[in-house]
Amino acid sequence: MQFWPLIRLLPRETHFKFVSLAPYAAIVSAILVLGCFVSFATQGLNLGVDFKGGTALEVMTPGPAPLPALRGDLARMGVNDAQIQQFGDPRSAMIRFERVADVEPAQAVTAVKARLSRDFQGIKFTSEDAVGATISGELFKGGLEALVAAIALMLAYIWFRFQLQFGMGAVIALAHDIVLTMGMLSVFHIEFSLPSIAALLTVIGYSMNEKVISFDRLRENLRKYKKMPLRDVINLSENERLSRTMITGATALLALSGMLFLGGPTIFPVIIAMVFGIFVGTYSSIYVALPVILIWGVNRNDAEVVKPIGARP
Amino acid sequence: MLSFERWKVVLCVLAILFGAVFTLPNLLPDNVLAAMPGFLPHQRLNLGLDLQGGSYLLLEVDTASLKAEKLNNLIEDARTTLQGKQIVFSGLALSGDGVSVRITDPSQVQPAYAALQTLALPVPGAVVRDVAVNTGPDQTIHLTIPDQAMVKASADAVTQDIEIVRKRIDSLGTREPQITQQGTNRIVVEAPGESDPERLKAVIGQTAKLTFQMVDESVSPQDAASGQAPPDDQVLPFAEGGGPPTAVKRRAVVSGEMLTNAQQGNDPRSNKPNIDFRFNGIGAKRFGDATMENVNKRFAIVIDGKILSAPVINEPILGGSGQIVGSFTVESAANLALMLRSGALPAKLNAIEQRTVGAELGADSVRAGELAGVIAIALIGAFMILAYGFTFGGIAVLGLIANMSMVIAAMTVGGATLTLPGIAGLILTIAMAVDANVLIFERIRDEERAGRRPAMAIDTGFNRATESILDANVTTFLSAVILFIFAGGGGPVKGFAWTLSIGVVTSVFSALFITRMLVTWWFSVTRAKQLPI
Repeated sequence: MQFWPLIRLLPRETHFKFVSLAPYAAIVSAILVLGCFVSFATQGLNLGVDFKGGTALEVMTPGPAPLPALRGDLARMGVNDAQIQQFGDPRSAMIRFERVADVEPAQAVTAVKARLSRDFQGIKFTSEDAVGATISGELFKGGLEALVAAIALMLAYIWFRFQLQFGMGAVIALAHDIVLTMGMLSVFHIEFSLPSIAALLTVIGYSMNEKVISFDRLRENLRKYKKMPLRDVINLSENERLSRTMITGATALLALSGMLFLGGPTIFPVIIAMVFGIFVGTYSSIYVALPVILIWGVNRNDAEVVKPIGARP
Repeated sequence: MLSFERWKVVLCVLAILFGAVFTLPNLLPDNVLAAMPGFLPHQRLNLGLDLQGGSYLLLEVDTASLKAEKLNNLIEDARTTLQGKQIVFSGLALSGDGVSVRITDPSQVQPAYAALQTLALPVPGAVVRDVAVNTGPDQTIHLTIPDQAMVKASADAVTQDIEIVRKRIDSLGTREPQITQQGTNRIVVEAPGESDPERLKAVIGQTAKLTFQMVDESVSPQDAASGQAPPDDQVLPFAEGGGPPTAVKRRAVVSGEMLTNAQQGNDPRSNKPNIDFRFNGIGAKRFGDATMENVNKRFAIVIDGKILSAPVINEPILGGSGQIVGSFTVESAANLALMLRSGALPAKLNAIEQRTVGAELGADSVRAGELAGVIAIALIGAFMILAYGFTFGGIAVLGLIANMSMVIAAMTVGGATLTLPGIAGLILTIAMAVDANVLIFERIRDEERAGRRPAMAIDTGFNRATESILDANVTTFLSAVILFIFAGGGGPVKGFAWTLSIGVVTSVFSALFITRMLVTWWFSVTRAKQLPI
């Protein structure tokens, strides 16, 4: 036996009983989803200025960023709710505040910057985001609509390409993925802002990709083995596509690893959500989408219409 | 036997050439690019503001102040109209969200109503007129501005505002600013390379409506302070530290549109910054006449409802030029002169969203993104070769490189914008492209294991993977499209959606065409008895 290409090391046939673990997985999923909702209720999402309105200023000082002095200066000018933290480089600090009196953030930021430049020699403003309440409301609504629209479109597509049961399985799994990913961001207090919506949609895209590949194999095997019980067909299909699942998951993670470690603090929340989503999406294809189909059952009559191309003997 | 149609080969070659030619300028250093012959493309990828640094401002027309101004004008028009018809009236003032007036003589209510009707002009493209006139109890007449007319007015204001904002920003010397309308009452200003949005806001934050109005010396300072003044006067505050509120004639002697030039200058006596201006013919004549009639009286220089200064007229000013003095810094005088030159904004604009990324941070992000991209390709390449060997792994890597260059070329040619999240999208696209190859290779392995000859296994493997690949990528494409539709304002997210959707298309193409072409070639050369996977 040759050891390289490494793909040959993977057993040609595996016989994991994926379905028999499903009840335990369901319990784990239920607990995790519940935990996420507890986290949403108790500490909520760490909304960024995009969705909450307010100002985020990234500053760079010549020496290590004097966080307490910055905090004091902001408090003296009436910015009381400011959160100040070190941001990547020790000379960098991220300053966030919601509202200053009743002034629009885009106006308030002018005054705050003028004051900080006066009080801290050599301070530089590396980036700033000031978002008014109207805009943040619109962005939040737009983000939610995007997620809902994406899920609805996926349901429609899967229903059209497969069967309604598959579509429902996929959608329940997608909802599971989104809740867990957002839950992870909530638990670890990772900022949730406009690019996070992009990350969630990417997670949806990746997760759907997994589901489609899985459904595709399942449909093919349902046509091939008409008499085999559904749970056995599911086990067989998942075993057949196991090597692909592992290789694709690994490449996706490898691809993102550079960005995760080198992308800097601005992009980190997006990448971590994607990385987490890859795990969740892979898991939910096997343990959320397929069990839903298993419980609901499939319509196996349409299998007679198409004779599989090159069916194995 | 294994075949690959001629037209597909041509298509692949064209696609690879396209990728190579249009990606190249992005990889070459500036001096090499400049030295390249002219027939080769020189265009580079558009970098988003988050990568090249710059400012983004979202401005909204201040509808409330636009309406207030329209209602104030309406009061003046109503006054002139009724006075012209010699109709006696009282209580002409704002009431609720309109204007109301009481006609003293009941028999004149009808003629007054008819006269005020003439103020209402049709609004193009709408059934309503721009003023609604209604009679009420007790001989009152109400004038209101219908909502539809207001929407039209603010849309018109945005169109004119854009032109003026463009003039103002252009004269700041900002590199390639983009000024576009968003929705009905918003303007987006994107200024690449501008790391100080305050400079932009300083020249667009003010309407800069200039008028010269005579001071009504008959009103005592006490009355002015308490807001008491005759109906054809208005009491205006001074700009910071200029003096107490002062009553001035409502009728402006001259106004900003009559200026032909305004420049920051220096007051020869105090050597403080001021603004030198020049009127056009009409303005010069009116200003000359007014100063001749009012020697030793004061006139007020009013900008946006605030008096900048109120100098005494020592002698008639006939030349049509003069100075505006006030408490200026060189910068504020230069900005105001610029705003006066470009004309007043028909409606005030408020910044409701402001985003800036410094050039250094942008450059850091580009470096990090490039490095992350190289690492991703290297890791995936190594992984694929380890997993599938030199032949199939190598083919996957070649397909990957072709795919990357096609994405970059398509984005360059299509004028799409690469942003930081877009780089993440690009890297993820690589992974999805690899997935297509993995699907194909796994199918080929399945087929070979099922006892097929290599040629047949390759052919069937590709055919059977095609459906899965298409299905899987359609879903990713759909989520990218959704993202594109919903990515309001936020440029970076739109950039991500661009990258992802282009990437999906090129990945499918490179998996189904380029990889297949390479595998077919490999097989026709080696005629392998057994596939090396």
